[in-house]
Amino acid sequence: MTTEELKNVTSNLTVDARGTACPGPLLAAKKAIGEIESGEIMEILSADEGTKNDIPRWCEKVGHEYLGFYDEDSFSRLFLIKE
Amino acid sequence: MESTNEVTLEMLQKQVDVLTKKVGKLEKNRKDQLSMAVVSGDMDKILATMVISLAAAAMDTQVKLFFSFWSLSALRDPKKSPKGKDFISKMFGIMLPKSKNHLSLSNMNMAGMGPMMIKMLMKKKNVLSLDEMFKQAGELGIEITICEMSMDLMGFKKEEFIDYPNLRFAGAATFVADAGESAMQLFI
Repeated sequence: MTTEELKNVTSNLTVDARGTACPGPLLAAKKAIGEIESGEIMEILSADEGTKNDIPRWCEKVGHEYLGFYDEDSFSRLFLIKE
Repeated sequence: MESTNEVTLEMLQKQVDVLTKKVGKLEKNRKDQLSMAVVSGDMDKILATMVISLAAAAMDTQVKLFFSFWSLSALRDPKKSPKGKDFISKMFGIMLPKSKNHLSLSNMNMAGMGPMMIKMLMKKKNVLSLDEMFKQAGELGIEITICEMSMDLMGFKKEEFIDYPNLRFAGAATFVADAGESAMQLFI
């Protein structure tokens, strides 16, 4: 998805993992994914650069659909659809 | 002519059976599982162990850690002081790190300055502390097994280890069996 498209996405759940470094955001995402239903959208806020590579790999392995990310001033927003 | 055909079919059937068995075994052997033999007791290596384990567990990989030799220090609980140790065991207990928060670095230890600096940096950069990592590991179902032989060798008692869900005590064969069915095996 393009940044413009992602900016229009309404997430069902936003996980703020800006206060933790690798593997914190992944752990936060893993914990939070149980709170939404299949087909719903989760948004992860992360200030950790490595997370931009880690979350897509996690989605690929576990089966969630990774939509993409865009950068804010000091962090990124990552989007995925639960399997 | 016909009889040779029959023999061939039978032989094929036999070979298929053998192969099916082998494939079944292989499939069972490649579980989505990570086995780690953790032998080092350095702070940096225990950190690496926990970060990799947590990432794997978050990705739904079953994680089995086998703690042996120097790494046992990382599992000691400083609040517990078991009775009934002989002289050498007591000496080992005094000389070895008392918990995961007392470990030294494999490089740049500088008489304890290094670990202090790393802990400060970890806090500043929002890296989880070792205490927090072990807590999360327990919640994610990461299995920890303590090598009984090295525990005896170093004079540790079962009662002096941290409270961790399902902490197990076993021998090398347990690691070999676990590692054998894991898709990933690491030695630290």
